[in-house]
Amino acid sequence: MSVIQVQEPGLFTTVQDLGREGFGPMGVSPSGAADAISLRIGNRLVGNAEGAAGLEMTLLGGTFVFPEGALLALTGSDFGATLDGKPVELWNSFEARAGQALRLGPTRSGARCYLCVWGGIEVKLFLGSASTHILSRLGGHEGRPLRKGDVLKIGEANGSYRKRTVAARVLEQLPPRKVLRVTPGPQSDWFPEAAQKVFYDSTYRVTEEANRMGLRLEGTALPEGARGEMISEGVSLGAVQIAAGGLPIILFVEQQTTGGYPKIANVISADLSSLGQLRPRDEIRFELVDLATARASLIKQEKLLASEGLIV
Amino acid sequence: MRYTFASMATSAGESARFQFASDQALLVYFDQPKKKSRAKARPLQSQITLQAHERVRRLLRLLELEPIAGVRNLHPAYCSLLVKFDALKLWHDELEAILREYLGRLEEVSLPEPRQVEIPVCYGGEYGPDLSDVAAMHGMTPAQAVKLHTSTTYLVYFLGFVPGFAYLGQLPEALVTPRLATPRKRVPAGSVGIAGNQTGVYPFATPGGWRLLGRTPMAMFRTERDGLSLLSIGDRVRFTPISAGRFATLEKE
Repeated sequence: MSVIQVQEPGLFTTVQDLGREGFGPMGVSPSGAADAISLRIGNRLVGNAEGAAGLEMTLLGGTFVFPEGALLALTGSDFGATLDGKPVELWNSFEARAGQALRLGPTRSGARCYLCVWGGIEVKLFLGSASTHILSRLGGHEGRPLRKGDVLKIGEANGSYRKRTVAARVLEQLPPRKVLRVTPGPQSDWFPEAAQKVFYDSTYRVTEEANRMGLRLEGTALPEGARGEMISEGVSLGAVQIAAGGLPIILFVEQQTTGGYPKIANVISADLSSLGQLRPRDEIRFELVDLATARASLIKQEKLLASEGLIV
Repeated sequence: MRYTFASMATSAGESARFQFASDQALLVYFDQPKKKSRAKARPLQSQITLQAHERVRRLLRLLELEPIAGVRNLHPAYCSLLVKFDALKLWHDELEAILREYLGRLEEVSLPEPRQVEIPVCYGGEYGPDLSDVAAMHGMTPAQAVKLHTSTTYLVYFLGFVPGFAYLGQLPEALVTPRLATPRKRVPAGSVGIAGNQTGVYPFATPGGWRLLGRTPMAMFRTERDGLSLLSIGDRVRFTPISAGRFATLEKE
């Protein structure tokens, strides 16, 4: 059985796959990789199924040792990775020989970097998923972010080793983006025209309160609140709710499943992975699109991800 | 600039209303109150009806018994159900058409007998830091407030917010209290709180704005139990007062 030794955990590193859907009636949100596209591609690079469990690092990466060696890939943001001191390129598979150390540092681009390993990371599944759900301390590795000294099991690898890379031509058509496309939220027409105008004309800044549960934004507060009496209801992934102070909060992968704030907009599915790469102080804008555009963007993205030419 | 979809505008159904929520989610509302009600301030959840709750439960049950291909998740609430689906497999109008057919069959759905669950609570002191304030706000003693809180059988309207958090109603009128102006950064797991005419138990240590009357040693959500969550939608709940000594004993078990 091959393992990964965690020499340094990084700032906030968790085991994630594509999450657990279907447990809303118990109040359980899906969780899963914040930038699902990067995890999916990372898994493809090492010959895994797209939804295998990998490590999600946040802002500052860790140091990992592979006593038996491993086939690896790094995707998402550039955390300045080196393998025994030699730089490692993102979006490529590479081999760590027995005893080599993979060291990652602070981010040079977005918020999250993914480490995928041939065979996937093996943890006890919770409700069918390996994803860590931080709030409830369930799933992943003991339901918590990694600590120094943790040892993670690598799953059984199938097939044969082949060096793979992502086609640059395809990669440049994929997220992240800083202009987030949204469709109207269920209470969008509760907001007066003046509030809508501020919302769509403003540049917002991501605050320090940005995590897997949600991203709180700062900027110009909406001049008027929603007209209507809100009763708690189910909230969709990427919902943009307007809190009491008139500023938006975007609900994210480990979101509360229901909530009582009116929602002015909802980030489209094709742009959800972009949310996972936003860092505190990043500036973003919202662009209103219609349902046909949202759907076409998702179909286009999935076609790119499924294309033969993605992995070469 | 258009801010709403003409094609996805709300449509009147048989006492149900559909609302586009996102490119992968559709909301079904039952007995939704009129918008723009600018009448005098009422308790937030004032329009919640048992009839709406029944319909939410029946639709949820029907969708569990006869799942729709492409539907990925369901989020019930007081008078709505959010249906999340795979946008590559299903379109809003297709889903709406199927759900309309389901809505026509709600009367056929039989709901299981509600379970009765008793939750022991140690009231006041460090476990219920807001008990004295709440009692004072209503001109009663803490003991009277406890008596009121334990006098009612509550209904689990739905679970939401975090895993295992049950929204219980309705609180006796004399205990209806607004939530804290500033939420606590950390509410300990097991805390029993009230907000508006609702009451509930925090399964995990989370931030929270409900006023805390006490704490239960019972685990509300854990992995080693069938069903995971102590409570399910439709259950009936009673709180029973226990001493700090009993709390300590039960906590060890």
